[in-house]
Order: sequence, then structure tokens, then C-alpha cells
Amino acid sequence: MTDATLQTADAGRVDFRSPAAQAHLRKRYAVESRFKFYGVAAIAFAAFFIVFLVSDIVTKAIPAFTEHRLSITLTPTAERVAEGGRTDRQTLMAGDWNAVVRDGVGKYFPDVTNRAQRSKLYNELISIGGGDDIRNRVIADPSLLGKPVQAQVLLSDDSDLYFKGMMTERTEREGRGSIGVSGTSGDVSIATNVNDFAQDVARVRSDLQAAARRAQLEINRLKAALETVAPDRRAALQDQINRQIAVATDMDRRAKSVGGTELIGDSTSSVLVKMNGGVIKLTEIGNEKASGTVLIPLKDASEAKPGSWKIINLTTPEGSRKLSDQQIAWLDRMKEEGLVTQAFASRLFFSGDSREPELAGIIGGLTGTALTMLVTLVLCLPIGVLAAIYLEEFAPKNRLTDFIEININNLAAVPSIVFGLLGLAIFLNTFDMPRSSPLVGGLVLALLVLPTIIISSRAALKAVPPSIREAALGLGASKQQAVFQHVLPVAMPGVLTGTIIGMAHALGETAPLLMIGMVAFIIDVPRSVTESATVLPVQIFLWSDLPEPAFQAKTAAAIVILLLFLFVMNGAAIWLRRRFERRW
Amino acid sequence: MNVLSQTEFSGPTMGIGMADGESAVTARGVDVYYGDKHAIKNLSVDIPAKAVTAFIGPSGCGKSTFLRCVNRMNDTIPICRVTGDIKLDGRDIYDPTLDVVQLRAQVGMVFQKPNPFPKSIFDNVAYGPKIHGLTSNKTELAELVEKSLRRASLWEEVKDRLDASGTGLSGGQQQRLCIARAIAVSPDVILMDEPCSALDPIATAKIEELIDELRQNYTIIIVTHSMQQAARVSQKTAFFHLGTLVEEGPTKTIFTNPHDKRTQDYITGRFG
Amino acid sequence: MNQHIVSAYDSEIKSLQKKVVEMGGIAEKMLSDVLEAIEKRDVNLAQQIILIDARLDGLQREIDEQAIHTIARRQPMAVDLREIFVVSQIAGDIERVGDLVKNIGKRIIAMEGHFPPKTLLSGLRNMNLLALGQFKAVLDAYIQKDVSAAMNVWSNDGGIDRLYNSLFRELLTYMMEDPRNITFCTHLLFSAKNIERVGDHATNIAERIYYVVTGGMLTVSRPRGEDGADMAAVETNT
Repeated sequence: MTDATLQTADAGRVDFRSPAAQAHLRKRYAVESRFKFYGVAAIAFAAFFIVFLVSDIVTKAIPAFTEHRLSITLTPTAERVAEGGRTDRQTLMAGDWNAVVRDGVGKYFPDVTNRAQRSKLYNELISIGGGDDIRNRVIADPSLLGKPVQAQVLLSDDSDLYFKGMMTERTEREGRGSIGVSGTSGDVSIATNVNDFAQDVARVRSDLQAAARRAQLEINRLKAALETVAPDRRAALQDQINRQIAVATDMDRRAKSVGGTELIGDSTSSVLVKMNGGVIKLTEIGNEKASGTVLIPLKDASEAKPGSWKIINLTTPEGSRKLSDQQIAWLDRMKEEGLVTQAFASRLFFSGDSREPELAGIIGGLTGTALTMLVTLVLCLPIGVLAAIYLEEFAPKNRLTDFIEININNLAAVPSIVFGLLGLAIFLNTFDMPRSSPLVGGLVLALLVLPTIIISSRAALKAVPPSIREAALGLGASKQQAVFQHVLPVAMPGVLTGTIIGMAHALGETAPLLMIGMVAFIIDVPRSVTESATVLPVQIFLWSDLPEPAFQAKTAAAIVILLLFLFVMNGAAIWLRRRFERRW
Repeated sequence: MNVLSQTEFSGPTMGIGMADGESAVTARGVDVYYGDKHAIKNLSVDIPAKAVTAFIGPSGCGKSTFLRCVNRMNDTIPICRVTGDIKLDGRDIYDPTLDVVQLRAQVGMVFQKPNPFPKSIFDNVAYGPKIHGLTSNKTELAELVEKSLRRASLWEEVKDRLDASGTGLSGGQQQRLCIARAIAVSPDVILMDEPCSALDPIATAKIEELIDELRQNYTIIIVTHSMQQAARVSQKTAFFHLGTLVEEGPTKTIFTNPHDKRTQDYITGRFG
Repeated sequence: MNQHIVSAYDSEIKSLQKKVVEMGGIAEKMLSDVLEAIEKRDVNLAQQIILIDARLDGLQREIDEQAIHTIARRQPMAVDLREIFVVSQIAGDIERVGDLVKNIGKRIIAMEGHFPPKTLLSGLRNMNLLALGQFKAVLDAYIQKDVSAAMNVWSNDGGIDRLYNSLFRELLTYMMEDPRNITFCTHLLFSAKNIERVGDHATNIAERIYYVVTGGMLTVSRPRGEDGADMAAVETNT
């Protein structure tokens, strides 16, 4: 059509000033600018997702790089840690260092005496590795035994999350009226002269309203299920529905009530009152008065003046978080005492895996990855490059080499899990190599990467201008001399780039390693290629599966480190290419 | 009226710089096949020693193919087959007992595109002597490199930067470096495959000047598409067409009064 | 001969050849006109001949310039090189022929009033006809690139030389008979020498044709008639 419009009376000649020609020209430019726009849009689209992905991961990972500790004076006594007065390393290692920590922390909580309370305080708030620091100090210098030592005590993952604000939203406000209390411990009742608790009552009621709505949704879901369930289970389900209806109705009624008092339970946000050096958890609340349980004993039962007492709101209901109001009160207390410090979490980099999130680190996975990559590199670089050189430079071009070439190309496209199965069948079952070891992992990954390296090396060799071969051959160099002294050095940047891209591919590979057992939970850092190990991507895979919320941040942090590892490898590829590139 | 005799010039004894009229390379009944393609048909030619012989002819006429037979570069092409007799100083170069590495040390080659190794200027020249073990110590090697660079008229230009990359030189310097590299192994014959086709006229003139100097010590065979160049640098010219040697003779005869009509047509620009 | 791949090259050479042939035609006309001028004692015709020679000089300059340009641009080889080189030389030959004929014209003007008797002119007339014939033949041979025709011209030059020798003797006799004849006899003698030289130029052109076509130089010396200037030689040769 455009051709037809361009036809003018003078056949074969176009008047470029005619409207038709102008329109044609405009159309051409329009097509071009449209194409450019599509290109820019595609790049912007991809860039957006990359930025989104990276920022999401980095944001999630940031908390994992810091940890909270107690900076506290501990006194390691001989009876706790030095059995029979021996101060040798072995005895000290076996000492009850957590008891030392308990002794130290216990000074701040003299009223916590019963067994259940002590367990909640010492076992749940303080990490199981809390005594590591004082232990290491004393082992390094046994003369510290019996003396007060300033030491770092690692808090548990939940305490850490609370201080990072990831456990619950916490607000604190000063009381406006004077407040009176009925006692210093146990269940007490309190009253103020203004309606200090009015907004807390409103909040409790709106929480009840929300809970009632959730219950109603659950009822609807169950009613729908009633239609499809087997007849014999129908009665039980109907019972459940009836109970839910009763609960929902009750909550709805309470939410809509006006004045009076309201009970605070598991599904409503907590309200704590801090006065006279103690903390009271409110259980029933009205606008001016409330009753509750003392969490930390008050110094006295005198009336507190406006502004000298505080109301603390914890938004997340007690039933929906891992730490109880009591534990939070203790943590707040520690913070007030100035014991809590935040520091860089070096454990993330320097310790092995652990079931305790605050103790878990990636050094095991990182070492495993390094050893596996070493095995892979040592195997596939020489084999791949030599195979490529032989196929490209020496092998006769016939059906057999064509067949080999096609198969190498096909092998590059085989799903990686197949290589895992192959490794399982050959290396583990036939050759009886050590399971979960970097050696087998490296062998499997070498198989995976070999086709990539051969293909890219061949391409690099093919790209070397034939004139350089001729120059060497023309001087009387043998073919082998020409290839190794002239062609290969010129092809080296391409070969290295291919190898490193292949290695980067192997670095992120998980599936084949699962097949050969590198998915085990291994605490120790592997010291040789035959020891059991795991690798970084598998470590990430394992952590992502764990229930502790602290592991989410750890997972993200490990991903960031893996990405950095990849960037470093790709950077090395670029650097090597620049370094070896020769001007031609 | 015997004013002009063609027979007077035939035979191997032509060439201005050739006192004894000795032939360095003699070919008799050479046939070259690339697979099914008959690239050179029953070619016989004598290359005079210590003189420049130019091969001219249209593309695909077999002149480069024959050139590459002389140092057996065609061996690198699997489908290439050579029959007939090519003798270098009386020795059959296709004799199975002859080592191709030695042959190539004796017959140097300079290519169409300057192809220095991506190494230093020194290493470029030193490479041949190194692989053939021509020198026993570093001083000797350095002397040989200097001598070769001087012979290639490149020494003065590069003596201060022997460690610089050979690929950083200009095109003409690169080609002279390639010539220096070739003469470093003291060949008897230097083959040049269109050595100036990638160079500007000034660089070309320098190479031609160099070829003229080298003629005193080396037998040079040059393939060129520039008839003017063939006329300028060579003493003997051979015209190839469709795989056959149409005419050979003293350059001055070929370019003023060629015998064969095809030669006439080619050199006067009447082909096609 | 095939066409050149570059057709402009062909037209340049053709244009050169055309100009040489044009020069040849002009010289030929001058040669026949000069005979008429002598026989009819026509001073005006002689005047015209002198004027027309300028045209030959101009053409020769054009040919030389064009030949230089073609050499510079095309770098001619082999047959083309010979052709262009020879075109320039032939142009020079024809220009010389023109000069010689012009010289005869000048002598005709100089002889005004003292013309020799018609009987004396027959020898000159024969020489002129022979030279004209040689000149025509060699121009035809050039156009045809006919080596054998050129060789004919080359070997026939002896006839002119012989005629010149006999005319020389005849004029000598006249001059000895009556000193008053010396003036016009000398003019006639120089005219005859000029015509003899025209014949020499024709043989030069024949040699150049041979070179263009065969690429060889004629190295053997030309069969000569008796040298008119050397009486001793005349005696021995006859």
C-alpha cells in the first residue's frame, strides 16, 4: 500500500516533498521510535523487578546483621565451671557456664524464684550460647576465675526480635491522673482520678470486634464445609459451628457494650502499667479503674503522681506472640538497667549451622561451597579446555565428532536433577564415595558444568583469527605449539569467562546436591572434601523451611551473601577478561 | 627479420640479479586438488634464486595455492591433495622423510594481513629462533633479533620499545615486523602472499623498498593483485589463469609485450 | 582486441587515434595541395598551406597532453602502453611532415615570378606522388594495424630516394648550364629534399606500427636508396 501511494507519474522516481512521501517518512520514524520505546520499556520492566527483588531481600536481611546482647558483670565461680578446681581447657569447656550467666542475671531479678518462672527467664530470653563469651575469656585467662568479669551474654532470637521491634508494636504514654494501687504483688486493683484507660478500653473493644469478624468468617467457612462433609461427621461439625457462634456472639456483645469494665484475654492487645518501680499486667479494665497481676513487684503501694507512672500498650495480643507479657516486662527491665546492647552479628559469618537462630551462621555452607567449587574447578577446567582444544583443533571432522558435538550440546540442556541422580547412582552407589561430601558434590557439578565450558571454550577458540595459526605454522611451529603458545592465550579470556559463568551456574545449583545428600543438618565446618558438608544454596533452602521467624532474616542474609559471592565471581570474570585481552 | 624472439626468454635463466641463473625452486607437473576441485593443473615453473618472482592473476587462479605448496601450508587443509614434483634446492619437499618443520624454517612466509603475535616486538622476532633452537644464549638471541629487525628496516623505529606489543605498531610496521620474524630463522626462500594489500601507499613503498634490498640474500616469491607492484618489485613474473600457468618471463617483457593473449588482456584490464 | 573493463579507457585511446588520423588527413591534403600549388604557380594555395600547418601543431599538442593524462590515470600496460606512446610519436612525425610541406609552400612564395619551366617539375611531381602514396599507405596501415602493409611502406622508401638522386643530378645540370637558374633550382632541390624527408617520416611511422602490433623494434637497417648528398655514393650505386 505504501508503495502504491509513492508511485508518481514519473515511474521509478519519488517526489520526496509530496504528502504521501512525507507520510511514509513519518511512519518510518514512528516505527523506529516505537521500537525504541519497546526496548526501553522492556529494560525498565526488568530493572524494576531487579531493584524490587534486591531491595526486598536486602531489607529483610538487614536485621540479621545485628544482634542484641547483655553487657553484664559475671563472676565465674570455681564450683560452677572448674570441677575439682582444675582449670585446664577440657574441664572449663565442660563447665556449667549458663549457670554463671544465671547467677549474673539473677541479681537483677531477685523475686524470680520458682522453677517455671526461672526457666522462662533464663532459658527463653537468654540464648543457649549465652555463656560462650565468658567461657572463652576464662579459658584464655583462667586467673579470671572467681573475679567479676564484664562479659557479653547473647540474648535469644525472640528477645532479639522484641528489641528489633519485630515481635510487637509497643507504645508508652504517661498517666495523666494520680493512681492508687491495692498491693505490691499478686493480684491487685488500681484506680485513677481521670479516665486514663478510656482509650485502652476502646482499643480492647475494637480488638474484640475484629476477633468477632474473624470468627464469623470461620463460621461461614465451616457452614460451607458442612455441605460436603460425610454424614457421620456432620454432627461434630455442627457442634463446632454452634460453639463458634456462641463465642462470636459473646465477643460481638462485649464489643458493643458501653461503659463498665472489659476483660483482657489472649485475643486482645496487652496493657501494662508501670508504677513505683514495678509492672502490673491489667486483666480487667474500665475507664478509671482496672485490676491486674503484678509482673514485677512494686516497691510500695503508695499513690503515684500524674506523670510518674506509665501505661504501656503491646499491640500484638499475648496469644499471638512468642514472648509473654511477663517476659517482655523482664526484657524492658534489662533495658532500663542498661544491660542491653546492639552489636554486629559476627556469628552470621563465623559459625556453623544451628537450630538456634541466634547461633546459626553460614561458615559451614560457605566452606562447603568453596570446597565443592574447588573440586568442580580442578576437574572441569582442564578437562573442559582440553576437550574443547582437541575437538576444535585436532579432531578430524567426521560423523563421530559431529555426534559427540551434538551430544555435548544436548548435555548442556539436561535438567540438573538428572546429574544428581547420576551422581547418586555412580559416585555413591557404585564407587561408594562418602555421602554428602564436597568431593561428590564437586564431581556432580563438574559433570553439570563441563558441557558449558566445552561449548564456550570452543567458541572462544573458533573466534581466534586463523592468521595467528598461520603465522605460527609458517614459522615452523608444530600444530601443538601453535595451539598452546598462540591460539590458547588469545582464546583465554573467552575460556575463562565461560568457565566462570559455568561456575556461577554451579554455585547456585541445589537440586543435584539434594540427591547426593548434601542437604543434611551439619554443624561442623568441613575441613576436607570427604567430610560431610552442605553448600550455601542448600543452607538457604534449609533455613527457609524453619519455623523460627528469626530464620527469615537469616535466610535473606544468606541470599545476600550468595549474591555477593556471585557478583565477586562475575567481577573476577570481567577482570580476567580485561587482564588477558590482547589487542588484535 | 628476427626482431623479437620469445624463446630467448624462456627457461630458468632469467632474472636481473641472478648471475649464475640457478633455480631455487623448481616445480614439474604439479596438480593440486581441493576435494573435487582441480585448483592447479599440471604446473611447471622455475623460481630463480636471489631474485623476486611475482605471481599475478585473477582471484581463484591458483597463485596463492601454489605459493602455499612451496612451504606445505596446504597440509593444514585436510581436503587438499598435491601431486607432482616440487624441489627446493634439488630436494623434493613432498618427500615423506622431509620434516615439514624444517621446510618451513627454510621457507618463510609473510601473509596478506599483517599478523604479528599478540606479544612483544622482541618475542615476535625471537619466536622462530626459539622453537628451532637457533641460538644458545640470550645475548645471541638479542643479536639475532636486532639483525633481523635491521634487515627488515624496522630497527630504528622500534629499538626503544622492544617490549611493546607487536600489535600496537602501524600496519606497515606490523608487516615489516612479520618480515623480520620470517628472516630471523634465516630462510632461503620468503613467500609473500599479497603483503601490501592491507597497507597504504607509503607503507607499501617501504615494503617494496625492503623487498628490493632482501632480494640480494633471499629468493622471494610474491603474490600480488597489483600489477604495478609486480612490475616494480619483480624480476620475473608468472601469470596464472584458471589453475594453469599461462605465461612466465622477465617482468619487463610481461608488462610491455606479453606473448599470450590472456596475459595481454589481464594486464591491460580487458578481462571479463 | 577486447574492450577494456573500464570503457572510458577505450574512448580515451580511440580519441587519441582519431586525432592522429585527423592529423594524417590534414598532412595528406597539404602534400597534394603543395604539388598543385607548384604546378599551377598558385601563391594563394601555398599561403593556405602555410596557414593550415598551425592546425597540425595544435593537434599534436592536444595529443601529447591527452597521452600524458591517460598514462597518469590508467597506468597503461603492454599493448595500451605501446599504443599511447606510439600515438604521441606518430603525431610528432606528422607534425614534422606538416613543417616540411609548409617549407615547400614558403619556397613557392619565394619563387614568385621566377618559376622554373614546367618540364623541370615532372621529377618533383613523381617524387611527390610517390611520397603521397607512401604516406597514405602508412596511415591506412595504422588505421588497420596492418603490419605487412606497414612493412611494404618501410621497404618501398628506396624508390623516393632514387627519384631524389636523379632529380638532384638533373637540377645540377641546369644550374651548370645557366647560373640564372640557380635560384629556382636550389628551391626545387630543397623542396625535393623535404619530400624525401616526408618519405622518411612515413617509414618511421611504419616502424612504429610494427612496434605497436608486435611489441618488437625493427633492428635491421632499412633498405636505402642512394644518398643524394654524396655524389661518390651515387656513382658507385648506379
